[in-house]
Amino acid sequence: MALLEIENLSVTFATSGGEFRAVDEVSLVCDRGEILSIVGESGSGKSVSMLALMGLLPWTATVTADTMRFDGRDILSMSDRQRREIIGRDIAMIFQEPMSSLNPCFTVGFQIGETLRVHLGMGRAERRERSIELLKLVGIPAPEKRLSQFPHQLSGGMSQRVMIAMALACNPKLLIADEPTTALDVTIQAQILDLLIGLQKKNDMGLILITHDMGVVAETAERVQVQYAGQKVEEQRVRELFDDPHHPYTQALLSALPERATRHGRLPSIPGVVPGQGDRPAGCLFSPRCRFATDLCRQTVERQGPEFGYALCNYPLKEGVPTGHPGVPELESAR
Amino acid sequence: MSAPVLEKVADAGETVVEARDLRRYYDISGGLFSQAGIVRALDGVSFRLQTGRTLAVVGESGCGKSTLARLVTMIEKPTSGTLLIDGEPVTASTAELRRKIQIVFQNPYGSLNPRQKIGAILEEPLKINTRDTASVRKDKAIAMMERVGLRSEHYERYPHMFSGGQRQRIAIARALMLNPKILVLDEPVSALDVSIQAQVLNILMDLQEELGLAYLFISHDLSVVRHLADEIMVMYLGKPVEFGPSEVVFNSPRHPYTAALLSATPVADPGREKKRIALTGELPSPLNPPAGCSFNPRCWKAQEKCIREEPPLMPDGPQSHACFFPVERDGNE
Repeated sequence: MALLEIENLSVTFATSGGEFRAVDEVSLVCDRGEILSIVGESGSGKSVSMLALMGLLPWTATVTADTMRFDGRDILSMSDRQRREIIGRDIAMIFQEPMSSLNPCFTVGFQIGETLRVHLGMGRAERRERSIELLKLVGIPAPEKRLSQFPHQLSGGMSQRVMIAMALACNPKLLIADEPTTALDVTIQAQILDLLIGLQKKNDMGLILITHDMGVVAETAERVQVQYAGQKVEEQRVRELFDDPHHPYTQALLSALPERATRHGRLPSIPGVVPGQGDRPAGCLFSPRCRFATDLCRQTVERQGPEFGYALCNYPLKEGVPTGHPGVPELESAR
Repeated sequence: MSAPVLEKVADAGETVVEARDLRRYYDISGGLFSQAGIVRALDGVSFRLQTGRTLAVVGESGCGKSTLARLVTMIEKPTSGTLLIDGEPVTASTAELRRKIQIVFQNPYGSLNPRQKIGAILEEPLKINTRDTASVRKDKAIAMMERVGLRSEHYERYPHMFSGGQRQRIAIARALMLNPKILVLDEPVSALDVSIQAQVLNILMDLQEELGLAYLFISHDLSVVRHLADEIMVMYLGKPVEFGPSEVVFNSPRHPYTAALLSATPVADPGREKKRIALTGELPSPLNPPAGCSFNPRCWKAQEKCIREEPPLMPDGPQSHACFFPVERDGNE
C-alpha cells in the first residue's frame, strides 16, 4: 500500500464571480523513498492540491475526494485535531519563499523548537540539542550561533535550510516541497536540491516536489505528473516523459524550452493563455491551444491508460504523432 | 502595416553603447547599530555593444547586474568611468540621449501604472518627448500594439485586464515608442511561464532582426541567455569575471565561477550525465568583500596567490577572464 493515496481530489473556491474549480479530479500516489514531481505552469492547481492535503486552505475552499489516505489512515474522515497530529509530524511542507515563511518576530531556535515541543513534547535542553543536530544536518555552519538569530539575519539559502530543518524536525514520512528553490540563485538551488535528495534517500521519505522548472524535474524526479488548468494531463517516469511525451501540452511545454531549440531560432510557443475562471472550454481544457484539437476535443475528452501515461487526451501522442487522429499528415514536422 | 514608428534604427555593427571602467559605489552611513561603509555595487565594467547584437549580463543576485542596467539607462550616475551612448559621452544633459535607450523591467505587474489605459501608457513617452498631435500619437500607439501582438481594441483597456505575457508585451511596446537604438532588458521573462516566455522571446528576436536593436539582456536564466545572446558577461560581486562570445563561454568556460554556474543550472534532459561542481558557501557581503580574488572563499582552485592579489580581466584566446588558475579549455576538471 502506498504512503499517500489521493483519488479524484477536487478543490472549488467560492469567489465573488461564482465557483472556481482550481483542482479538478486529480489523483496522486506517492510511496516511501520515492520522488514524485508535480509540474505545471501557474494556475495548474499544483500548490492548491497539496495545500488541500495539508488542510491549509481558507474557508472559501471546498475540498472533495474519493480517497485521501495517508499511511493507511483516512484523512477525510479525521477530526481537525487528529489531522493536526499528522500534519507537521508525518507530513511536512516547505514553501516557495523562505524569507516570508519564517516568522520575523521569533528566533530560529524558537521556531524549530516549537515543532519539537508540540509534536514530540521535548523539554528545553532536549529541544536545543535536537535543533543543533537538525541545523547541522542541513549544512548550516555554527548552528549554536544561528539558533539565537532572527530570520532577517539569514540569507535566502540559509532561510530555506532552516525551513528544511523545521520540516525534518519530527522525521516526517512524507515531505512536500512547493517550489523550494524558485526564489534562490542557481548555485544555491543546486545546493538545496542536493540536500533535499540526500535527506530523502537517508530517511527513506516520500518527497513530492512541486515545480515549474523542467530542468529541476529532469535532474531530481523519478516520476512526474504534469498538470494543466487544475487537471492531471499526464503521468510518466521522468526519462520516458522527456523522451516521448504523450500529451500535446507536455510536448509543447518541452519544445518551448530555449535549451531544446536551435540557437537564435524562433521558439515553438503555445498560442493563447491558460483558461481562467470565465473561459473554461467544454471538453478538453487544452483544446483552444492545441494543434491537434478536433471537434470531438471541444466536446469531450478521454483518459488514456498506462501505455499512454494516463494522458487526458483523445489522441495521445506516440513519438510525436497523435494516435487515432482523423487527419494529421501536415502536422508531421512538429518537434 | 507600415507605420512611421517602426523604422529600422541603424545598420548592424555600429557601436551604440560603450562603457569604460564603469563604477558605482554606494555609501552606507553608519546607523545606530551598524558601521559606515562603502558598497562597491559595480566595480570596473567595460564593454561595447553594437546594433543588432545582444550582450547578456549574467550572475546571481547581488552581482551588480541591475546596477549596471541603471547606469546604462542613465537612471543613476556612475561614480567614475565613462559611458558613451551612440558615440556621445553621457554628461549633464541627457535628455536627447535618453530617447535612444529604453528599458523593460522584470515584473510586468509592477511596471505599468494601473490607473492608465494602455493607450495612455504607450503615448506618454511621445507626449513628453515629441510634438506629435493626439491623432498621430494614437496611430503610432496602435501600430506599435499590433507589432507586439496586441489587438487595437486593447487601446482602451487597463493593465489589470491583461495576463503577465500581454503586460510584458505592453512594456516592450512602451519601450519602443521613441524608436530607441538600445533596449535594456532587465530579466524580461523571469516572471513568466515557459509557454508565455517563448512568445515574448520570439517577439524580442523578431524586433531585433527587423529594427536592428541592440539588447543589453540581464538575466540569471542561462538557458534563455544561451538562446539569445551573442556575447556574454559573467559577473561576480560587482566585477566581470568572464567575458566573451556566448558559444565560447558556454562550451568552454575558463573562470571557475562560470564553470560552476553552468554546471549548477538544471538541464531538461534526464539522461544527461551530471557533472555538477558543488560550490560551498554563499555570496560574501559586498560591504566586506574578501581580499584578493572575490571568488576565492568559494573556489576549489584557490591558492595563496588568489588571496593576496586580485586577478585582472585578461584576454585569453576568444574570451577574457579574471582568474590566475583558469579551468582547462576542454572543460575537464
